[in-house]
Amino acid sequence: MLPPVFGVLFDGLAYGMLLFLLSVGQSVTLGMMNFINLAHCSFAMLGGYVTIGLMHRYGVPFFATLPCAFVAGAIVSIVFERTLFRRLYRASELDQVLLTVGIVFISIGIAAYFFGTDQQPLLLPGYLRHSLTFLGTRFAVYRLILLGIALAITIILVLILEYTRFGARVRAAVDNERMARGLGINVDRTFAITFALGSGLAGLGGALAIEIVGLDPYFALTYLVYVLIVVSVGGLGSISGSFIAAIVLGISDIAGKYYIPQLGAFLIYLVMITLLMWRPLGLLGRR
Amino acid sequence: MALAEKASAPLLHLRAQARWRPAEIAFWLAALLSYALFPNYLSLASQIAIAGMFALSLDLIVGYAGIVSLGHAAFFGLGAYTAGLLSKHGWGEPLSGLAAAAGAAGIVGYATSFVICRFRHLALIMLTLGFGLLLAELANSLGWLTGGMDGLQGIHTWKLLSYFHFDLYGYTAFGYALAVLFVVYLFARRLIHSPFGLSLRGIRENFLRMPAIGAPSRSHIRTIYTIAAAIAGIAGALLTQTTETVSLDSLDLSRSADVLVMLVLGGAGRLYGGLVGAVIYLVARDQFSGIAPQYWYFWIGLLLVAVVVLLPDGILGGLAKLASRWSRS
Amino acid sequence: MSAPALAARGLAKSFGSLVAASDINIELPQGVRYALIGPNGAGKTTLINLMTGMLRPDAGRILLDDADITALPPDQRVRRGLVRTYQINSLFPHLTALESVTLAVCERSRAAQTWWRELSAYPREIEEAYAILCSLKLDSVCHRLTRELAYGQQRLLEIALALATRPKVLLLDEPAAGVPREESTELFAAIAGLSRDITVLFIEHDMELVFRFATRIIVMVGGRVLVEGTAHEIAADTRVRAVYLGRAVSKMPASAPGLLHG
Repeated sequence: MLPPVFGVLFDGLAYGMLLFLLSVGQSVTLGMMNFINLAHCSFAMLGGYVTIGLMHRYGVPFFATLPCAFVAGAIVSIVFERTLFRRLYRASELDQVLLTVGIVFISIGIAAYFFGTDQQPLLLPGYLRHSLTFLGTRFAVYRLILLGIALAITIILVLILEYTRFGARVRAAVDNERMARGLGINVDRTFAITFALGSGLAGLGGALAIEIVGLDPYFALTYLVYVLIVVSVGGLGSISGSFIAAIVLGISDIAGKYYIPQLGAFLIYLVMITLLMWRPLGLLGRR
Repeated sequence: MALAEKASAPLLHLRAQARWRPAEIAFWLAALLSYALFPNYLSLASQIAIAGMFALSLDLIVGYAGIVSLGHAAFFGLGAYTAGLLSKHGWGEPLSGLAAAAGAAGIVGYATSFVICRFRHLALIMLTLGFGLLLAELANSLGWLTGGMDGLQGIHTWKLLSYFHFDLYGYTAFGYALAVLFVVYLFARRLIHSPFGLSLRGIRENFLRMPAIGAPSRSHIRTIYTIAAAIAGIAGALLTQTTETVSLDSLDLSRSADVLVMLVLGGAGRLYGGLVGAVIYLVARDQFSGIAPQYWYFWIGLLLVAVVVLLPDGILGGLAKLASRWSRS
Repeated sequence: MSAPALAARGLAKSFGSLVAASDINIELPQGVRYALIGPNGAGKTTLINLMTGMLRPDAGRILLDDADITALPPDQRVRRGLVRTYQINSLFPHLTALESVTLAVCERSRAAQTWWRELSAYPREIEEAYAILCSLKLDSVCHRLTRELAYGQQRLLEIALALATRPKVLLLDEPAAGVPREESTELFAAIAGLSRDITVLFIEHDMELVFRFATRIIVMVGGRVLVEGTAHEIAADTRVRAVYLGRAVSKMPASAPGLLHG
């Protein structure tokens, strides 16, 4: 019989992997262009609502909606990038914060208008609602699958980054944007593609999040704080940094809620503040 | 003789910049006239004065020193709860309540300023956000002190200056809020036009150059952050004293967000930006009070996007641009 | 024999495997005008950053008037009189020229710490700032915003900001960079007009400026000091020619003040 801590660790790990999916795009794009995009979780929310809409109105099976959530996040982000964001790459931080917060508010309004303000119910197929029992600890099938998907994506990301030309361009641009341009790398196009990929992953994360944390119009704001914590603690431009920070945050949050529920999110904020003071550029940040 | 005349010309020019403009006098007269013009809206007018003061305090750090803070409501809430707790435990004298609130918020501001002054960019934004959220969580957890979700009960504000009783129509409340706002404004104005104010603008304009001219930037940032915290605390205390309630939403993230929106709407770095923004925002919110919050924020979102893209210096900035174009033609 | 105004002893700085500075030994006697030249990437700006405290050295010491300042933060070095200007203008775009220089003067005199008195209550600081602007012929534009000034005027404002701190040692990082020929006369006059109490080191690529003002030239290549000497010696040195000046410096500029200063 395993002690309950393993169950807590497993849940924390699954939650952390979800946060990683939501945050990795933000970390890389921030590291590359220093563009603060607070609307990142709006793309996640969009992915979630796409899944809900496809499943409930068109009867599309859950797993088939996941690529659609990814694509939706990617495409909408490209539209925003082309029209609004690119004007603000050189703007002040305040302007970037305000513009993207504005978009978050707009997205909340739109989501509320089309879907109402209640939590969206999600009817998963039967087998996904079971759990496996191993050594006396229950492992929810959904969370196992979530872990699997997230790990697979992480491996793919690392492979892309380390072994493809595109990945090399991304690494160069994150390391030193000016020099990358000087070397002839089309940083703007690399950024646009990375941004789309990151937003697509956020959309996927949003779809996968529904079963774990629910979906309502305020998702864009609630999880923004978590994403920002992961990104700033993990370090801008660092996939491994986000990975570690997301897992630490996920486990701390679940463990905190399980063992010391009266503290609430206090612990998370305290940890973030302490870590940032120790390492303002994040644990593995480069800038 | 000629040299002395030549030397005093730049001095006169700088002195002239600090002079009161007719538009400003008109603004304050109009505020005072609210008594006559909007007698039924005095409680709203008090809210506007308080929000304007809060926005002014934020302007000092955002518009003048260039520190983007997403957690300024922490100080507002600190001041609100200080005044509330004082009153609840038997001391309801308004002016000393304000002083206590300024002190409490100022002390916490001073302490956090040591952290704030060492960071820039995203880390700084996250730290201010983190502090704000932390304090809000703390207030929620310490229900025995703060009254938790229900807020503090049993607040009663004594007579102002032992003479003015806080009536139901809000006459005293508005006069009080407006008077305090004016005093705070005069203080902020003097600060902005002082050599220290010039330093702040230098920090905002080019942070990296400041040490190269021998400026102790961190010390300057600590000073202004403390002052801004104290003023936010006064605004919070005013809210408590005039409404005789205080609750967790005085510390809420939405309050930090609202005040930033007000400031940006009016135009940061222009002293009056926060005041103008507060007027517009709160009047609009009053007019559209029937609207559900998610739709209210939808329109605010649209407004924010429009302001950033079209009117980056806020309404006052836009007006200033129009005025200079007009005077040129 | 008085102590050198500024001395670097064994300075070294590396960024990972990139050696930006290695065993730098430099001495600037009081009141001299020296030039620091070298190809791009030689480490000249790194040296300036080390001297001003923007970078911490891996080894070595920096002495200002015989006092070890290696551990001092940048703003304290400025207070002791070690000041630099920037190769790419680092000014205050929305402050006027007068406000910018007044700011520097107020920081020096510590007037900048008072928030309870108006700026116009400090006539001495304002007049000092104005006088500096006059000496650089910027008085006519002193009320204009920095961003509206011509590029040459902005370069002069860079120097004005430095002068406002009452430097003892002035490090000028490519003062003539980007200034068109027509506007450079004022700049050269400003440099010539610098008080003899100030020790000056310029980094420059503009050889006319170097030969005109510098009595001694230090050549840096690849993070090291290659050679040091008078204008004559450097122009004649084959190593320098090969590395930096190229083959075609057979003709010296008509006025070679290396000759004048001797």
